[in-house]
Amino acid sequence: MDMWNIVEYAAWGLSIVFGLYIVINWTKTDRTYSEEELMSSREGALEAMTEEHKL
Amino acid sequence: MSDTDITSTEMDGMGPKGTKLGLARVLGPAHIWGLGVGIVLVGEYMGWNFAVGKGGAYAALLACWFAGILYSCVAMIDSEVTSTVAAAGGQYTQAKHIVGPLMAFNVGLYLVFAYTMLAAANAITFGFLIDTVAGMTGHDGLDQRPFIILAIMFLAWLNYRGVLATLTFSLVITAFAFCAIIALFLTTAVFMADSPLRHAELMTDLPYGWLGVIAAMHFGLWFYLGIEGTCQAAEEVRSPARSLPFGTLAGIMTLLIAASLTWYVCVGLMPWEYLGQSGVPLFDAARLSGSTTLMVLLGVGTMFATLASANGCINDASRAWFAMGRDHYLPDWFGAVHPKFRTPYRSIIFLVPIALVFALGAPLDQVITFSILSGLLGYTFMPLNVILFRRKWPLDSIKRGYEHPFHPIPAIILLCLCGVTFFAVFLGYGSQLVAMLSFYIIVSLWFHFWRYRFVRRGAQFTMPWPRPRGY
Repeated sequence: MDMWNIVEYAAWGLSIVFGLYIVINWTKTDRTYSEEELMSSREGALEAMTEEHKL
Repeated sequence: MSDTDITSTEMDGMGPKGTKLGLARVLGPAHIWGLGVGIVLVGEYMGWNFAVGKGGAYAALLACWFAGILYSCVAMIDSEVTSTVAAAGGQYTQAKHIVGPLMAFNVGLYLVFAYTMLAAANAITFGFLIDTVAGMTGHDGLDQRPFIILAIMFLAWLNYRGVLATLTFSLVITAFAFCAIIALFLTTAVFMADSPLRHAELMTDLPYGWLGVIAAMHFGLWFYLGIEGTCQAAEEVRSPARSLPFGTLAGIMTLLIAASLTWYVCVGLMPWEYLGQSGVPLFDAARLSGSTTLMVLLGVGTMFATLASANGCINDASRAWFAMGRDHYLPDWFGAVHPKFRTPYRSIIFLVPIALVFALGAPLDQVITFSILSGLLGYTFMPLNVILFRRKWPLDSIKRGYEHPFHPIPAIILLCLCGVTFFAVFLGYGSQLVAMLSFYIIVSLWFHFWRYRFVRRGAQFTMPWPRPRGY
C-alpha cells in the first residue's frame, strides 16, 4: 500500500465525516426548532425597513 | 400583500424586525467579487481553449471579445436590476417581480441546473487533477471517486456552516488563482530575458474561416460563464445597492484582463492544433515556460480555481432553490433557514446528492453542455427583463444602486449575441439543445397546470415599490 492508497482512504473517511456532520446537525436542528420558526424568513424584509424607493 | 407583517416591531429577531430568521447579512463587495470571479476563473484554466480547436487562435480571440461584450452587458444589466431587487434567488426574483411567475419558475430552474451541473463538472475535474498529480508521482490507477465526493461534501459542509467563511474561502483561493495568471504573463512576457513566447511563428489565419469564429463562440463563453452568479448573494450583503454593482463590475473587469492574458500567453506557447485539445492549457503553458515555480503555481491555481467554482456554484444553486421554496414555487420545506448558521440548509442538503449523481454518473462534456445551455437561456431572459423593468419602473420612479448606461443598446446587443451563441451551440450540440428545451417545456406545463395553485400569489411580491407604470 503506497501513499496514494492511504490518501484515497483518507478522502473516503473525510467525506463520511462531513456527510455525517451535516445529517446529524440537520436532524438535531429540525427537532429543536419549530417549522414556523425555521421558515420565518421573508424576502425583502430589509428593503421594507430601510429603502423607501423614492427619489 | 404578504400575510406576514414585515414591518412588525414585535418580532424582534435576527432579521430586520419583522422576521425571526433571515440569511445573515455579513458580506462586502470583496466577497461579491470572489463569488463571481471564483465561479468563472476555472474557465480560464480549462475549457476556453476548445474555442481554439473550433476556429484557430484568432477565432478564439474574437470569441473572447464578443463574449466579453455579451457578459459586460449581463453585468451592467444585472447590477442595475439586482441593486434594486436585493433578494436571494437573483435573476429568479427579478423575473418574479418584473416579468411573471412562469418566467420566474423557468429562470429559477435555469439557475439551479446551471450551477448544480457546473459544481458536478468541477468535482469531476478535481478528481481528474488529483489523478494527474498521482500519475506524475508514478502512481497509476488512482480511484477518482473519493476525491470527487470529498470535494462536494467538503464544500457542502462549508456552505452549510455559514456564508461568511464560505465566501471568504472563495475570495482567498480565487485571488491566488488570478495572481497566478498575472505571474505567468509577467514572467513569460516581461521578466524572462529570453521570452518563450513565439507568436510570430505560431499564429495562423482562420483555418475554418468565419464559420469557425461563430463555432468558437460556444466555448468563448467559458472565459466569463457564471459572473451573473453575484446576484445570488443579494440577500446576504450588508449594502446591496453598493456592494452588488461594485463587486459585479469589478469582477467582469478582472475577467476581461484574465481572459486576454490567458489567450496571449497560451497562443504564444502552443500551436493551435495542440492548444485546441489541451485539458489544462494554463498548466501546460507553465510547463512549456520551463519554470518549475510557475508550474507549481499554475498547478495549485488550477486546483484552487476548480474548488472556488464548485464552492460558488453550491452557494448559488442553494440560494435559487431556497428562494423558490420560500415562495412556494417548490415545496416550502426548502425555504428554511438554519437558526445558528443562517444558511438555507435544507436546500444545500437537497442539492448534494443531485450533484453527486451527475459527478459520478454522467460524462463531463454532457454535464457542462447542460450547464452552458441553461446559463444561455438565462442570459436570453435578461434583455427582456431589463426592458420591462425600465418600462414599468422608469428611472424617476424608484431608487437604483446603479443605472446602466445607453439603455436599451446593451439589452439589444445581448439579445443579438445570445442568438449567435445559440446558433453556435446548435452547430455542435443540436440534439442536447432540443432535449433541454423539451425538458423546460415539460416542467413549465407542470408548473402552470399543477404547481402554481400552491403559490400564495400576493405574498410573493414583497418589494415596497410603487405600482408599475401603466397598471
